[in-house]
Amino acid sequence: MNKLPQVFTNGKAFIPFITAGDPELEVTEQLVYRMAEAGADLIELGIPFSDPIAEGPVIQEADNRALAAGTTTDKIFAMVARIRQCCQVPIAFMTYVNPIFTYGTERFMKNCRDVGVDAVIVPDVPFEEKQELLPFCSTYEVDLISMIAPTSNRRIRKIAAEAQGFIYCVSSLGVTGVRRELSNEVEQMIKLVKEVKDIPCAVGFGISTSEQARQMARLADGVIVGSAIVKIIGQYGADCVPYVVEYVRSMKKAIE
Amino acid sequence: MSNGHFGIHGGQYIPETLMNAVLELEDAYYHYKNDPGFQEELTELLNNYAGRPSLLYFAEKMTGDLKGAKIYLKREDLNHTGSHKINNVLGQVLLAKRMGKTRVIAETGAGQHGVATATAAALMGLDCEIFMGKEDTERQRLNVYRMELLGAQVHAVTSGTRTLKDAVNETMREWTNRVADTHYVLGSVMGPHPFPTIVRDFQSVIGREVKQQVLQKEGRLPDALLACVGGGSNAMGIFYDFIEEPGVRLIGCEAAGRGVDTAETAATMATGTTGIFHGMKSYFCQDQYGQIAPVYSISAGLDYPGIGPEHAHLYDTGRAEYVPVTDNEAVEAFEYLSRTEGIIPAVESAHAVAYARKLAPTMGKDQILVVNLSGRGDKDVAAIARYRGEQIDE
Repeated sequence: MNKLPQVFTNGKAFIPFITAGDPELEVTEQLVYRMAEAGADLIELGIPFSDPIAEGPVIQEADNRALAAGTTTDKIFAMVARIRQCCQVPIAFMTYVNPIFTYGTERFMKNCRDVGVDAVIVPDVPFEEKQELLPFCSTYEVDLISMIAPTSNRRIRKIAAEAQGFIYCVSSLGVTGVRRELSNEVEQMIKLVKEVKDIPCAVGFGISTSEQARQMARLADGVIVGSAIVKIIGQYGADCVPYVVEYVRSMKKAIE
Repeated sequence: MSNGHFGIHGGQYIPETLMNAVLELEDAYYHYKNDPGFQEELTELLNNYAGRPSLLYFAEKMTGDLKGAKIYLKREDLNHTGSHKINNVLGQVLLAKRMGKTRVIAETGAGQHGVATATAAALMGLDCEIFMGKEDTERQRLNVYRMELLGAQVHAVTSGTRTLKDAVNETMREWTNRVADTHYVLGSVMGPHPFPTIVRDFQSVIGREVKQQVLQKEGRLPDALLACVGGGSNAMGIFYDFIEEPGVRLIGCEAAGRGVDTAETAATMATGTTGIFHGMKSYFCQDQYGQIAPVYSISAGLDYPGIGPEHAHLYDTGRAEYVPVTDNEAVEAFEYLSRTEGIIPAVESAHAVAYARKLAPTMGKDQILVVNLSGRGDKDVAAIARYRGEQIDE
């Protein structure tokens, strides 16, 4: 049973991103449990990739740490299966198309359904190439999340019309990472989406402070935070759990 | 071949932020491709700035020494900036200028594409920033200074394996950061559509000239064409006009590094599998989980874990062959051509020369072999000396 619909039913959604296996999978598993308790409405788990072209330095380094620790797609599936025995927080995988394609797209999506991954976010599969994944996503009831960016303009209508789950609004140009200022185009982007389809919009890229989260939550249905959390993990390593939990709790509170 | 696909390969696997830019590029390219004014200006630049047409030189001593096919060298090394890269760069920078872009960015491996891009940007008055793997900035220090001399800003890339692949990653990241006024001058027949097509078209001047020149000299087409392949732009350039000539063998020479049975190789066809990376579906050196392999070659320009999608298609259909050539064979060929013909080839091009030394003796004396000498080797002299155990200051 796909759990995405419940993500946006508990006020504004707070969606943390962490790289699976950074610094090791045991820590990732604890982070999932504790972030869910602290109010995370959906957890994005990054499957580390050697060459993450949409990521800034913070998440690139997390990917390197996770791969160096021996993290693989199979071990991540096994971890999610363990998590699902006691925790039903909605989970989305965020990764690049090559780890999915090389694993075997059908096998990947089937495993997602079997272990209980609700959606995939794949930044290097734009609207024009989504047939690469969509048929298997549909067969195994895994939502393929669409992204829109400040450069999307007229593309927003057609992307929104076919979107499922929620729309990932990329707040600003460039790669992931903490930014002091966010673009003011988000409001217009979301307006265009809602004209076409009644679908939740979550904003990501660059959000780190509770003030930024509050500001974005006024415009959107959810807020995605990655680099700011990954930075805490990078700083505290295996001892990061309480610091991350504290951060997630404060961010969820900020947007309520 | 619709929507940038070559058989199952190609496509546009890039972040949404860049989609409008590549779609605009596609529109602009097809517009200017048929625009006589644009083509006239490009031809003028190729002929009177870059020095085209390049010579098709009969390598008589090499032919006599190898006692087989007649060997011709297509002298792309004699172009302005010393390699075939200028053909594509003049086209793309002119296109960028017509599109109203004021800044170009590019990746570079050996530095040849970076030097060519910096040159064209200087000529046409655009700002220029080049991304180069830290390791490559060290093995090709002279080219870094050359680019700076031409007014470009060079960024040493410290992520990943610090080579060409990482330079491409970083250039793509920069393009998402600032896309409105910036054109990404991709240097090979790779990346998302329309780049593989654009670069192939701008490089296809090589094969068109070869056809004309060889018909003039020999009255017939060659039996085989040899070119080194990293991403594959000089190979695609010389192959393209001969794809429909089934009597002509098309042979790409990949960098095998220390050998295809070692981990230190960059031979994509010999060791790679199908994947999707850097905007395209093609063959890549990778592990079972799709993590891109840290490849290796003595040649910075061939030190790349993938190959352009049109090559992948030519391989699938059997129209072209791809053979691995080791560091050692390439270095020996580098020295061989220098001594035999008085021509110092780029270490990249030396991979094709190395295979010519194996192939020519197996062919008849009435047969013709054309080797694309894609670049000159001045930039490699210090590295080759190091390979031979001699330290010289550049």
